Amino acid sequence: MARTLTRIAHEILERNRGVEDLALVGIRARGVPLAERLAAHLHEFSGVTVPTGALDITLYRDDLMHHAVGPQPVIRSTEISFSTDDRLILLVDDVLFTGRTIRAALDALIDFGRPRAIQLVALIDRGHRELPIRADYVGRNIPTSRQQSVQVRLREIDGKDEVEVEG
Amino acid sequence: MSTITALRSRHLLGIAELDPSEIDLILQTATAMKEVGARPIKKVPTLRGRTIINLFFEASTRTRMSFELAEKRLSADTLGMTTAGSSVAKGETLSDTARTLEAMSPDMIVMRHASSGAPQHLARICRASIINAGDGMHEHPTQALLDAFTMVEHKNRLAGLRVAIVGDLAHSRVLRSNVLLLTRMGADVRACGPATLVPPGLDRLGVRVSTSIDEAIDGADVVMMLRVQHERMHGLFLPSLREYFALFGLTASRLERAAPDVIVMHPGPMNRGVEIDSEVADGPWSVILDQVANGVAVRMAVLYLLAGEERDHFKS
Repeated sequence: MARTLTRIAHEILERNRGVEDLALVGIRARGVPLAERLAAHLHEFSGVTVPTGALDITLYRDDLMHHAVGPQPVIRSTEISFSTDDRLILLVDDVLFTGRTIRAALDALIDFGRPRAIQLVALIDRGHRELPIRADYVGRNIPTSRQQSVQVRLREIDGKDEVEVEG
Repeated sequence: MSTITALRSRHLLGIAELDPSEIDLILQTATAMKEVGARPIKKVPTLRGRTIINLFFEASTRTRMSFELAEKRLSADTLGMTTAGSSVAKGETLSDTARTLEAMSPDMIVMRHASSGAPQHLARICRASIINAGDGMHEHPTQALLDAFTMVEHKNRLAGLRVAIVGDLAHSRVLRSNVLLLTRMGADVRACGPATLVPPGLDRLGVRVSTSIDEAIDGADVVMMLRVQHERMHGLFLPSLREYFALFGLTASRLERAAPDVIVMHPGPMNRGVEIDSEVADGPWSVILDQVANGVAVRMAVLYLLAGEERDHFKS
């Protein structure tokens, strides 16, 4: 996972020719530590500190009111302490699946301002998109069946780094 | 962090029905909702397509506006009804009003009523979720929740917090809901008011009752002043408002007995020069305007959490 993130950081620098107006926004929960790690790499390779934020997309989910049963998801806080106006925002998530989380994240981000552009970083792309969304930077493509579940574990949250395909 | 993810009931009728983990969940959700109010676009699509009726049978400015703002920030469709000029003024009963509104399929009804227990009645006859926005002298749960949220914001805890509540104890639903919430969360609550305005049995709720304001606020971390409710008293309980201020009004010199970092709260609307001196209301201790701002976040949290409960109801 460390090598993958290093490679993505290099790709970000290569594609954007510099980091001056970049900002990283991680989607809660596991996109946040991933965004922080990428920020550390970008600092290491370019010497520039890229602002990093955290986005909770719960209030923008399209399935909130459609579940037949079950409690409302617990809302965590969103922390974006910089202006997103005219920045290139790198949206970071652990697993890209149906694309619905990213759709919600895009809606949420747009309520914060008007970024110059938004690019998507996904550590794992497991396919089965339900919306016209693709990642600009992918750590690894993992073919899965729809019924399987892909768990990314990170040392900041889970104590260790690993990716597990279950089911 | 709360250990549960849902409320047990689909209504919010009073603090009496909430356990500590439910109170924690509401306060924690309100923290996230407060951040929404700090954004350039203060609106999220969460309750899009939901209909909420605000049914206010009693005068209210801040509670009604606070609920309306909370509903709008969550993108719900809202409509309001006040008694003046409505069918209630023409003699319709509460049950008939409720059934009529129910026929319009609202998802939630926020209600304020002068009679204690009116929201409980509505909850029995309506399919919508009922939120009590103040019923008679009974409860005002969202006020107690926003007060608790404000205390946690300034003091980082409720357990062990020394809270003095001073004023008209007999007529206050704010007192009742606050006492239920604060004692449940482990705060040390003292209540103080004129002997004619101390309801019987208050000490049985785990509150130390006193008729001396100096005794009540001694060492207090929080001083909460209650409004003298002239409209509920008809001049029977107090000799004069001037005497009330002399004996129970909160002044800067009285406040010296409290903890050095004491905060002063008031549910509003304030009677300056009756229960609170302007110097205190506008002073560095005052968190009265924070309470107003926090009210919107806490009500958003309640609406959000109850919207989830409602789905369970429709399934069954």
